[in-house]
Amino acid sequence: MPIILITDTLIFLLIAVGIGFGVYAARHEHLRGPWLQVGRSSVGVAALVVILFYVGIGLLDSLHFHPRIEPVVPVAALTSTPTQADAEVDAAEQTATARAQQINGRDEDAPTYSTQIISVLDLWLSGLRERQEKTFSAPFATQLFVKEAIEQPDGSVVRGYPRLEHGGTHLGDPSRRGVDIALRGLFGMLTGLIVWVALMAILIAVLALRWRQSFNESAQAIWRGETEFPWRVGLITLALMLVLSFVAAELAAKYHILGTDKVGEDVFYQSLKSIRTGLVIGTLTTLVMLPAAVILGIMAGYFGGRTDDVIQYLYTTLNSIPGVLLIAAAILMLQVYMTNHADQFQSLVERADLRLLFLCIILGVTSWTGLCRLLRGESLKLREADYVQAARSLGVRHSTVISRHILPNVLHIVMITLVLDFSGLVLAEAVLSYVNIGVDPTMNSWGNMINSARLELARDPVVWWSLAAAFMFMFTLVLAANLLADVVRDAFDPRLRSAT
Amino acid sequence: MSAYILRRLLYAIPILIGVNLITFLLFFVVNSPDDMARMQLGDKRVTQEAIDTWKAEHGYDKPLLFNADAGGLGTVTETIFFDKSLKLFAFDFGQSDSGRDIGFDIRQRMWPSLAIAIPTLLVGLAISVSYALMIVFFRATYIDFGSVVLLVAMMSISGLFYIIGGQFLIGKLFHLVPISGYDTGLEALKFLILPVVVGVVAGIGSSTRLYRTFFLEEINRDYVRTARAKGLRERVVLFRHVLRNALIPILTGVVAVLPLLFMGALIIESFFGVPGLGSYTIDAINRQDFSIVRAMVFLGSVLYIIGLLMTDISYTLVDPRVRLS
Repeated sequence: MPIILITDTLIFLLIAVGIGFGVYAARHEHLRGPWLQVGRSSVGVAALVVILFYVGIGLLDSLHFHPRIEPVVPVAALTSTPTQADAEVDAAEQTATARAQQINGRDEDAPTYSTQIISVLDLWLSGLRERQEKTFSAPFATQLFVKEAIEQPDGSVVRGYPRLEHGGTHLGDPSRRGVDIALRGLFGMLTGLIVWVALMAILIAVLALRWRQSFNESAQAIWRGETEFPWRVGLITLALMLVLSFVAAELAAKYHILGTDKVGEDVFYQSLKSIRTGLVIGTLTTLVMLPAAVILGIMAGYFGGRTDDVIQYLYTTLNSIPGVLLIAAAILMLQVYMTNHADQFQSLVERADLRLLFLCIILGVTSWTGLCRLLRGESLKLREADYVQAARSLGVRHSTVISRHILPNVLHIVMITLVLDFSGLVLAEAVLSYVNIGVDPTMNSWGNMINSARLELARDPVVWWSLAAAFMFMFTLVLAANLLADVVRDAFDPRLRSAT
Repeated sequence: MSAYILRRLLYAIPILIGVNLITFLLFFVVNSPDDMARMQLGDKRVTQEAIDTWKAEHGYDKPLLFNADAGGLGTVTETIFFDKSLKLFAFDFGQSDSGRDIGFDIRQRMWPSLAIAIPTLLVGLAISVSYALMIVFFRATYIDFGSVVLLVAMMSISGLFYIIGGQFLIGKLFHLVPISGYDTGLEALKFLILPVVVGVVAGIGSSTRLYRTFFLEEINRDYVRTARAKGLRERVVLFRHVLRNALIPILTGVVAVLPLLFMGALIIESFFGVPGLGSYTIDAINRQDFSIVRAMVFLGSVLYIIGLLMTDISYTLVDPRVRLS
C-alpha cells in the first residue's frame, strides 16, 4: 500500500517544476545558451553523471509504501482479489493503526499491511537491510570486531572473534576470502562493463541517427572527442560509476563491504539511505524558500519606496540572527512541540519526515535573504530598462510587467543560487546533526553517521569505516555539486566569464 | 561622519526590536511556558503543581504580555516579555535555567573564544591571501588549474572531517599536542595550537578561491594595463597595484565578521573542549537551556549589526570613492 510522505510530495513537485522549467528554458535562448555551455564543459558533464546517480538512488528511496505482510492463514489471502484488497485498504489501515500498539501481533484477517514504512530502495536492498550482525565488524570481515565468549562444540568456552552471522558465511574457510573477493569483484566489473557497452551502443545508435552518420563514424567521432558535447567524458564517468556500483552490488550480496556499525547494521546500506536525506536538504530548502525570496525580492526592487523599506527591514532582521542559533531555537521549539503532542504522529518515519521538512523550512528562512537581496538589486536595475518603461507607459499592469518582463530576466539568478547553495546545505546537515539540531536521530543521514562514529574513534583499534563511508559518499556528492556549480556560474555570469 | 554613524545606530534599533520579537514569539508563544516546563521536567504525567513551581523558580510565572492584576506601570513591567525580552536591551541576560548568571558566564567565556578566533582569522587570512596571489601570479598554467582543483576538493570536505582528522593525526598518532582541554595563562597555548590549525585548514579552500576571484577581477582593470604598459614587471604590478586594490573587498569582508569572533567557533570549541562561547551555546542547545540560547541569539544579532556598521565605515576609510549618504 503506497504512502506518500510530505517530503516525497515536495520532491516530486520539485521534479515537475524542474521538467517544466527545462521545457521553458529550452524555448528561450537566454536560458538555453548558458545551459548548452554547461553541457559542453567536460567537468560539467562528468559532475552531472555522478549527480544523476545520486538522484536516481534518492528517487528510489522516495517511493514509500507499507509492505504487505504475508497472512498467517494463506487461504484468506488467496481468496481476496485485488479489487477487494482496495476496498479493504481502509479496514487494513484500521488494523494497522490498532497494531501500532501491539507490534508483532498476529493478524487474523486477509491482506494486512505492516505499519512499517519502507521505500522501493529498501525493498531492493532488503538483503542488506535484513542481514544484521550483533555489533561492529570491519569491512569485508568474516568475524566480529570484538571478542566474545564462543561455545566450542565440545562444550568448553573460548574467548575469541566469532564468525559473522551473514558476512562471508558462504566461505567454508575464511582464509580463502581474498580470492573470493577478487573473483566476485571481477565478475561485478564484467557485468558493469557489459551493461555499459549496451548503454553506449544504444546511445551511439541514437546519436548516429540524429547526426545522419553511420554507427562507426559516430563512434569514432565520440571516441576521438570530436563531438560538440563531451560524450566521451560522460561515457567514461558512466563506466566508472557503473563498474563501481556493480562491483559493490556483487560484493555486498555476500559481505558487509563497508562493515557494520554498533548495532550491527550494514554501513553501506546506511550510506545509501543517507543520500535521500542529503538531497532533500540540499534541494527542498531552496524550493521552500523560493516563493518568498522571489516575490519579496522582486517587489522590493520593482516598487521601491515604502515596500522596499519594509522588505529590507524584514530580511536584515532575519539575517542578523546567527543562522545556527535560529535553527537551534526553532528545532528546540519543534522538539518541545513534538514531545507534548506525541500522539499526532502515527509512526517514527512520519515524525522524522516532518522534522526533516521543518529543518528545510528553517534552513530556508536563514538562507533566503541572500537570494532576496540579489533579486532586489537586479529588479532595481530592470525597473529602469527601456522595455519596462515602455510597457508601463502603455498602461500594462504591474503584475503583468513583473511576470512578463522582470521575472524571466532574473530567472538565471534563481538558478545559480539553487545550484550554488546545494553543496553548502549538504555540508550544513552534517554539522547540524552533530549539534543534535539536525535531522531526527532515527533518520539515516551522513551527519548522524559521523556523529555516532565519532565516539568510536577512541576505541583501539579504531572503528574507522563509518566515518570513511560517510566521508566518501558526502565528498563525492559535494565535490560533484561544487564542480557543477562552478560551471553553471561561469556559464550564466558574464562578468566572471570575461575575468577568467 | 558622526551624523552618519548616529543614523545607522538609530536604524539598528528597529532591527533589534524585530529580533527581540522573533525570539519572543519563538520561545514563548509557539510553546507556552507550561510546555517548556513539561519538557524540562521530562515526564508525561507531571502535576500542575510541579509545573507551577518550575515556572515560579525560573520566573516564567507571569503573564506573557499584559498583567491585569498588577496596577499602574506593573501591567506592562510585571510580564515575561518585559522580564525576559526587553531586559536584553540593557544586556541584562538574567539567569540560565540551571540558575547561573548568564552575563557573568559570557564575560568569562569570551576570552578563550577570542584566543582561538583571532589567531585563526589572522593566520588564515595571511595564508589565503598569499596563496591566492601565488595562483594569480601563475594564472593559466598547470599550477593555477591544480590549485583550483585542490581548493574545490578542500571545500567539498565537511568541517567535521577536518576536526576529526586533525585530532586523530596530530593528537593521537603523533602525540604532538593534547587532543582537547583548556588551561589558564600561557599553559593554554598548547591547547590552542590544534584548534587554530584545524580552523585555518578548514577555511583555506573557500577563502582562497574567493580571494582569487577578487584578484582576477582587478587584473583586467585599466590601471593594471597602464602599469604593464609603462614597463613594470608582473611582480610589481601584482604586489603594488593589484594586491592593494583587491584588499578592499577582502578587508571589508573581514571587518564584517570581526564582532562575530566573540561568539566563538561553535563546532571547533565543543570538539576540543575549549570553554568558550561557542561551546557554551552548544551545551545550552544540548541541555535545552532556553535562557542561554535566547541571550546568545540577541548577542549574536547585536554583534552582527555592529559588523554591518563597521563594514560601511571601513569602506569609506579605504575607498575614497565611496561616500556616506
